[in-house]
Amino acid sequence: MSVRAIALGIAFLALATLPYWMSGIYYINVSSQILFYAVFALGLNVLVGYAGLVSLGHAGLFGVTAYATGYMLQLGFGHPIAILVALVISMISMAVFAALSLRSTGIGFIMITLALGEILWGLAYRWISLTGGDNGLSLKTRPEPFGYSLSDVNTFYYATLIIFLLSLAAVAVFVRSPFGSALMGTRDQPRRMNALGYHVWAIRFFACLFSGLLTSVSAILFVYYTQFISPQTLALTSSAEVLLMVISGGAGTLLGPIVGAGLVVAVKTVVSGFIERWNFLLGAIFVAIVILMPEGLVPGTARLWRLAWGKRDRGTGAIAGGAEAKP
Amino acid sequence: MNLWLVLAVNSITFGGLLFLLSAGFSLIFGLMRIPNLTHGSLFMLGAYVGVTFVLGIRGFQLNFWLAALLATLTVAAIGALAERLLLRRMPGDQLAQVLVTLGLSFMAADLCLMIWGGDPISVPTPPELEGFARFGVLVFPAYRLAIIVIAAVFAIALWLLLERTRLGAMIRAGVDDPNMARVVGIRVSQLFTIVFALGAGLAAFAGIIGGPILSVYPGLDQDMLPLALVVVILGGTGSLLGSFVGSIIVGFIYNFGQALLPELAYFVLFLPMLLVLLLRPQGLFGRHVP
Repeated sequence: MSVRAIALGIAFLALATLPYWMSGIYYINVSSQILFYAVFALGLNVLVGYAGLVSLGHAGLFGVTAYATGYMLQLGFGHPIAILVALVISMISMAVFAALSLRSTGIGFIMITLALGEILWGLAYRWISLTGGDNGLSLKTRPEPFGYSLSDVNTFYYATLIIFLLSLAAVAVFVRSPFGSALMGTRDQPRRMNALGYHVWAIRFFACLFSGLLTSVSAILFVYYTQFISPQTLALTSSAEVLLMVISGGAGTLLGPIVGAGLVVAVKTVVSGFIERWNFLLGAIFVAIVILMPEGLVPGTARLWRLAWGKRDRGTGAIAGGAEAKP
Repeated sequence: MNLWLVLAVNSITFGGLLFLLSAGFSLIFGLMRIPNLTHGSLFMLGAYVGVTFVLGIRGFQLNFWLAALLATLTVAAIGALAERLLLRRMPGDQLAQVLVTLGLSFMAADLCLMIWGGDPISVPTPPELEGFARFGVLVFPAYRLAIIVIAAVFAIALWLLLERTRLGAMIRAGVDDPNMARVVGIRVSQLFTIVFALGAGLAAFAGIIGGPILSVYPGLDQDMLPLALVVVILGGTGSLLGSFVGSIIVGFIYNFGQALLPELAYFVLFLPMLLVLLLRPQGLFGRHVP
């Protein structure tokens, strides 16, 4: 445990001082990207890892927030109101999204979220009067909270870092809370939880809302980062990218999605500098990870670490607990 | 009045294509319990391979129907291979299988982009069906009527296959209760390959015969997959009748939606799905919630 604490301390220090030792604006920007995608992955992990509900429509929700922010700004509202309205709209959308998707679990849940996500994509693409269609929406300015202008690269990085740390703390508290335990209970043994008097549906519903909140927060960071939003953001590939972050890092672990986000953003950034075939590589990585390392990189490495130090392998959760354990 | 009738014929035509696409999707789902996310890619691949034969390789052109047959067989073989080599490695792990089909669909989309480029390719209508059919004052493009006929023939053939043959009985047994089917000596895993190849072939066939109407372009897979999903959510999984009714409903809603509310065509699709999910989550003709 102490090794873990030291490693986390070093990681925190490295992140907090990153603009001082990282040379070049480009790499600081990439780091900001990793951090807000990590928030997105943390949000999706609440569902995929802890609730055992795999969503393939989260990019749709991400897009709703981003478009809502952009549209409010275009109407001439200030940043605080735009962000607030975007959050409210996203939470309402998430509630509808969850109410429909939770009609089913397991594979059915994947299918419904996928269909909903694709419909939101189609809407962004076709509803030109609202979304600008393929041309997308542009944002002219970034906000200036407490007088710090987020147009500055370092300031934006620190704002993202603070929000990232808050999100991480929120997820850590959530996972350790009784509600988090109950959620994992509904993942592993929905029938028993039901028999014990837990309202399984409501627990899942609130987990969806929490996941949606983190998704929306990262979407607001995203839209201020790129200052542009187009239907591509809502495409199935975007949902798959985030899912890959969660799964490659290790679903159902606290730090896995963060490692996954770093990995996917880094690979994507490096690869797109050389070739245009990111989607092909994304698909190939997906197939490879699912076949070779289904538990994800962080649990996989942790397992090797424990093996190397002679401790017994306690085993970690699979990607999703859709399958019920034997009673 | 004429406009509405033409729109209705277009809707039925599109519904017919959707039926060819989603019948396989629904059967694969019914048997293997996974949504095959490569289904849109197989549709697109069928269209690309077919149009390559039609336009000719090195000046050697093929008849449209022969090209369609070849494309269907090629893609069916690809589907069987994907099932044998990849999905077979993860028996019972449905989530892993879904994710593999998702990864494959991205790879297929990028490969098509690499091979056939980013420009849309229009598929020539078979010359014998280029004209119009007249019914009194009403005029319809002959090719669209031909698609309706083809889809109807396929619907009947599939129904006969499932209801009247030994293979069909085995597939139905596998859909109903795979474990029990195994116990009575049906090699369910072999059925997986057969049904996967059948579904892939049907999707590819829909892709090439839909070509003269839809043309082929990158992103066609992403356009068709959600429609197949909505059809199956509406109609229920593993049910041929469900796919049929779902396809016709989606065909009508999509075409009328595009004509009347072009900006919201996708959103209008959402409404019947919402109703079905709220009132009958297993789908109109489904027997169990997926």
